Amino acid sequence: MSSTPSVARIMTQVLVALLPGMAAHVWLFGPGILFSVVLCASFGLLFEAAILKARNYPLRPFLGDGTTLVTAALLALTLPTLLPWWLYAVGMLFATVVGKQLYGGLGQNTFNPAMLGFAVLIVSFPAQINVWPAPATLAAYSLSLSDTFEMIFTGAHLKIDAYSAATPLDSLKAHLRSGHDAASLIGTQLIPNLQARDLVALSYLLGGLYLMARHIITWHIPVAFLGGIALTSGALYLIDPSHQAGPFFHLIVGGTLLGAFFIATDPVSAANTPIGKLIYAGLAGLITVMIRSFGSFPDGIAFAILLMNSAAPLIDAYMQPKVFGHNRRHLPGDKS
Amino acid sequence: MMLGSETRDIFYNGLWKQNPGIIQLLGLCPLLAVSNTVVNALALGLATTLVMALSNGSVALIRNFIPNALRIPTFVLLIAVLVTIVTLVIQAYAQPLYLVLGIFLPLITTNCIVLARVEAFASKQPTVNSILDGIAMGLGITAVLVTLGALREVIGKGTLFSGFDLALGDFARNWTVTVFPDYPGFLLAILPPGAFFGLGLLIALRNALQSRKA
Repeated sequence: MSSTPSVARIMTQVLVALLPGMAAHVWLFGPGILFSVVLCASFGLLFEAAILKARNYPLRPFLGDGTTLVTAALLALTLPTLLPWWLYAVGMLFATVVGKQLYGGLGQNTFNPAMLGFAVLIVSFPAQINVWPAPATLAAYSLSLSDTFEMIFTGAHLKIDAYSAATPLDSLKAHLRSGHDAASLIGTQLIPNLQARDLVALSYLLGGLYLMARHIITWHIPVAFLGGIALTSGALYLIDPSHQAGPFFHLIVGGTLLGAFFIATDPVSAANTPIGKLIYAGLAGLITVMIRSFGSFPDGIAFAILLMNSAAPLIDAYMQPKVFGHNRRHLPGDKS
Repeated sequence: MMLGSETRDIFYNGLWKQNPGIIQLLGLCPLLAVSNTVVNALALGLATTLVMALSNGSVALIRNFIPNALRIPTFVLLIAVLVTIVTLVIQAYAQPLYLVLGIFLPLITTNCIVLARVEAFASKQPTVNSILDGIAMGLGITAVLVTLGALREVIGKGTLFSGFDLALGDFARNWTVTVFPDYPGFLLAILPPGAFFGLGLLIALRNALQSRKA
């Protein structure tokens, strides 16, 4: 790289890389995602402006750096698209104000802001959050633009079962609990709309490869995260194939690819040393599969990444690359 | 009765300048655990206040007879006796409240603010002042507990003063104030993270007020 790109330019690239994912989302699940991204972004900018004013910081350079837009897009993509508007507001309040500004602003935040907002929502409003729209091809009732608008702003629940569907992770968990066999579930109607979600997942992969090609992210975190997920779910599958879904399922469902390329790679909250990145992301993948397989929440990516965020500074401290000319590794606490 | 300047200082220290909850940050475990509703917060706060007043007073009374090397075990033993008495009284007269507060009543023994005031104040000061210090510090932590409890109850459940009948009997059953009707509930505020967020915000507020004054 010739020069260090500014935060705003990096964030623009990230937003560009998210476009294929959003396009696939619109194509398969309807225009709801556009509403939720715009809502999250507006609330995010509003809260950010308010807290910057309270902290006596200038608005323009901090609002204009695009980080709030990326946070908003990531939060919107991880949430269902047809929630009442105030849930997006609460999520963005925690993401920007608590997750970022209270820690001292961009660069000081220990935790990924979007995942913090998501975790607050999933812990606080489990009932409201679990309304995932079905892919347009499967839904019995397709929502028009005005329906979407009405759902978000008045909270009217039109024909909730006609447009919502369990996510693959949800229905896998439910069917396993009722005594079904994992192997017989995957690829059948019992796990609905896996194919539609494949396409969204693959478009995130496309965006992620674009980010790598532009040197915005390195290969370490995505590869280690996906590797962690594949190894852990593979090992579980070998031990108990009738209750575990296997690596391919885990790689494609939920937010795996979005998490691997866009969320775990957040340069502020992730580990920054090469070996540190591998450890950080690999363990995040392991925890993700553990939560999916044994926890009570349907997806564990947010919790796994937040947990590893808190460990990232420690990992970095022990994984500093050797400085040329020194033959002794410096550990924190060493004098000299 | 006019308050002497010494008494005023004791109360000013306990309630604001050296508030145990938001300045000394002592005894945070029960503070964070039990502050999910106003009634729990108030009950544990008053129980702690009572224990602090009694332990400060009794230590001040015998402070000249306690060998210096053995003072900490003696204090702890005294506090434990007093806590046992308070716990048994609450169990006898407010059984539902006792069940709600659970382990946190006996754990007042290990609350470091009790031991801290005994060691820092009562073992060096006359009896009356020590009792007043116990009351002031206890009210200081009660104020923080109740504020935090009110904050968490309003945000978490949309009510205030729910469950007062646990402490006071049936006539308090209608005291619950519904602040937001049809509130979906904000579970995070009731769960432990809500206590950390709330306490952090209270400390920030206190610091902001302090720095504005200075």
